[in-house]
Amino acid sequence: MHDPLLIGGTALTSRLFIGTGKYSRNTLIPEVVARSGSEVITVALRRVDPDGGEENIISHIPGHMTLLPNTSGARTAEEAVRIARLARAAGLGNWVKIEVINDQKYLLPDNLETIRATEILAAEGFVVLPYMSPDLSAALRLKAAGAAAVMPLGAPIGTNRGLRTKELVRIIIEEVDLPIIVDAGIGRPSEAAEAMEMGAAAVLLNTAIATARDPLVMAEAFRDAVAAGRKAYMAGLGPVEEVAAASSPLTGFLG
Amino acid sequence: MKLLINGKPVESHGDCRTVADLISLPEWSGRLMIIELNGEIISKENYEHILLAEGDRLELVHFVGGG
Repeated sequence: MHDPLLIGGTALTSRLFIGTGKYSRNTLIPEVVARSGSEVITVALRRVDPDGGEENIISHIPGHMTLLPNTSGARTAEEAVRIARLARAAGLGNWVKIEVINDQKYLLPDNLETIRATEILAAEGFVVLPYMSPDLSAALRLKAAGAAAVMPLGAPIGTNRGLRTKELVRIIIEEVDLPIIVDAGIGRPSEAAEAMEMGAAAVLLNTAIATARDPLVMAEAFRDAVAAGRKAYMAGLGPVEEVAAASSPLTGFLG
Repeated sequence: MKLLINGKPVESHGDCRTVADLISLPEWSGRLMIIELNGEIISKENYEHILLAEGDRLELVHFVGGG
């Protein structure tokens, strides 16, 4: 089935975006990439610690991947813009995941600042993928601001609690003519499949794979679930009925 | 010369004149970094040409794992 996802002029085959945080060791990342089939991967930007022996995360990311730096740590649009510009200066592409957060307990994004950052960065030629609290009017404003996709959360970051915002995300998928990517909260492959069945363009997840007992097999499970959910959406789900509707003929019974 | 690197005051030695000199020091070398000098991103081609001055604020950042 030829069914590419077009974002910012790039045609993607995989609809599973993955992260690079929380792995027990970063050497797992190339194999997670391979098993997940993912083509888009997130990274964060931080100060270099001269006393810390942190490795270069980029060296663990296969060269064919589209890099999606996030603006985590930003509390305002201006901080997000600064981080995005620094990330682009690395010369590894012009995609950015806007993440502006002021709530330290639930890490819920600040939609107003996110819209402002999106407007500025889209005008500068970035491919902007904003992480947002699922709200229809905010999603429409993000589209008007030049977002390449909109990424509502399923549940708070890192919780593995699933698609708690289902109804709001469903409305955004229905009403906003952009790829809608469910980002954050997805814990199980069945939840990723559910998001895809209802028409999400992709899912972005990190914790669910990175904190699994076997991240490599979990990467495969999510690859399969996302593909299955997408196929179900494309095939068109059958109608839901209140009472039984026999699947076998109701005539010609044996006497 | 006093510099502020990633928010910390640092006393640099006399032979550390340019940005290139600074990042060739053992604590910074061998890293894929992006550098901001006094709030402006500087491109790699300019590392050798930009002279450091007393009180310069530098941010040396790099990519780490994240979601």
